[in-house]
Amino acid sequence: MSALPSQALTPALSVRDLTTTFVTSAGRVTAVDNVGFDVFPGEVLGLVGESGSGKSVTLRSIMRLIHAPGVVGGSVLWQGRDLVTMPERELRRIRGAEIAMIFQEPMTALNPVLPVGLQIEENLKAHTPLDRAGRTKRALELMDLVGIPEARRRLSDYPHQFSGGMRQRAMIAISLASNPKLLLADEPTTALDVTIQDQILKLILELKRELGMSVVFVTHDLGVVAATCDRMAVMYAGRIVETGEVASVFAKPRHAYTRGLLGSVPRSGAERTMLLSIDGTPPSLAAIPPGCPFNPRCSFATEVCRTVVPPLDEVSPARLAACHHHDRVAAAGSPVA
Amino acid sequence: MTVAAPTATTTPRRRRARLLRLPSTLIAGAIILLVSLLLALFPQLIAPYDPTAFDYNALLAPPSAAHLLGSDSFGRDVLSRVIHAYGLDLQIAVFATVPAFTVGVIVGALVGYAGGWVEAVFGRVVDAVITFPFLVLVIAIVAVLGPGLTNMYIAVGVVGWVFYARLVAAEVKVQKRLDYADAGRVMGYRPLRIIFRHLLPNSITPAIVYWMTDMALAILLGSSLGYLGLGAQPPASEWGVQIADGKNFMNTAWWISVFPGVAIVITGLGFSLLGDGLAELLRTRK
Repeated sequence: MSALPSQALTPALSVRDLTTTFVTSAGRVTAVDNVGFDVFPGEVLGLVGESGSGKSVTLRSIMRLIHAPGVVGGSVLWQGRDLVTMPERELRRIRGAEIAMIFQEPMTALNPVLPVGLQIEENLKAHTPLDRAGRTKRALELMDLVGIPEARRRLSDYPHQFSGGMRQRAMIAISLASNPKLLLADEPTTALDVTIQDQILKLILELKRELGMSVVFVTHDLGVVAATCDRMAVMYAGRIVETGEVASVFAKPRHAYTRGLLGSVPRSGAERTMLLSIDGTPPSLAAIPPGCPFNPRCSFATEVCRTVVPPLDEVSPARLAACHHHDRVAAAGSPVA
Repeated sequence: MTVAAPTATTTPRRRRARLLRLPSTLIAGAIILLVSLLLALFPQLIAPYDPTAFDYNALLAPPSAAHLLGSDSFGRDVLSRVIHAYGLDLQIAVFATVPAFTVGVIVGALVGYAGGWVEAVFGRVVDAVITFPFLVLVIAIVAVLGPGLTNMYIAVGVVGWVFYARLVAAEVKVQKRLDYADAGRVMGYRPLRIIFRHLLPNSITPAIVYWMTDMALAILLGSSLGYLGLGAQPPASEWGVQIADGKNFMNTAWWISVFPGVAIVITGLGFSLLGDGLAELLRTRK
């Protein structure tokens, strides 16, 4: 793993107070609640949490992909410019050119009626001055780069003629066509089988090194985080509950939810023990319990947890946690250490 | 990966296999329309007589060896007139529908993508047009503009685009919520590019299928207006005009009206079959 970026660097992406609400028939629902994090140049940040914890919505909010009736507040500073308030024209020059995004399901994220090569060229047409011949040449290079064999022949193939893994490679080729500086990956391997998953992860890391990108990885798979990320941010019920360097979070979780997540990962090689699970289910976003949203499922919870929302504070160097009892959680040790 | 991947080169056999897999309705429709097109392009090669030549020795002659489909009250050969009408009637099918199709598809795509109040306003326009019987509306417009084919094209275009727009708008509305539309947005493509390059190819199928049916309807409409004296003007050969010519002789010389009617039915069938086949083809491809 590459050296961790020092805090002295200025972050490439700086998310502050990001809040995304939806007005539904059940009332106002806050899917992303005051989320803030930084992504440094060349860094891989993992955004982890259960389904419905707001990871994907966070990513979509950053890219302004929230459709009405969703409302996004807060700020997303990309190299000093705020994506949230930026006019559409300016945003278009950043989307795809400086920040790219790949989706969970490569089949639905590719246009079914356009050949893959042409879809790569679409991005080049939007963001580079290349002429037709130049675009075709570059598309070919990109297909090679992401490891699609027989690139020349496959340029004219349609997405349905690709296998799942190849589709995700094609999606990556399209996203990376204009050399973005930041890649937002929304569970890019969830829809793929395990061997392909590993190939795609390696590919993304390779490309990250080659192109000098930062990557934000949204995933519910802690194995993926351990294998790929420098830092991680854990989300629960739309909030970030803990952030820190991956190794240190794994070694000593300081939020009961993180600890529970780590305990629920099956490990090979370890003694056969009961797989821990977190009791209960995540709260509905329309009915988040008062105090710490995790308190009904938390074995460390006390009276204060039921009334006071714990702030996300620095609890040790480069570690933030939103837990009233982070010391007790830390003292209880890591289930994976 | 030990099994050799099948090569995707198209061998002649493969091409034949693909042709066989085409829906039979598509092939039947295509054949009918191909023959119609040949008749439209080269009527003088096939028609036995000049369509406007009077033959006073054969007024209202029943079908015979000399006049295969009989002759009309001026002694004009019905077969020749039916054949010569192909050009005009196919022209009506195309000219009456293409403007409506083009405008409707463009407007529909924009409306479907925009949504919101644009869609609400469009919805009221659709309601307004649909509550009027189509034929009555077209007749009213032609009556104002004056009889003739050009005015008929205008009238059909003014009313007809709404139906295409409605189909495309509904489809685009679904497509724009899909991941690949978001992927396009996130790639920084312009809205117009997303609409016409990415969403429209996925949304246009119902409009194309409807277009085929609509061409059949346009021929019927052209004939209806011709019959009413608001479309093609005599002595032009046009099926509707011919049917109108025969209306006074329905009891004594049925062939004057019936054979142009048969031509309408066959051509309409051709378009319908082609539309059905196309729908099937595009559906299975997805």
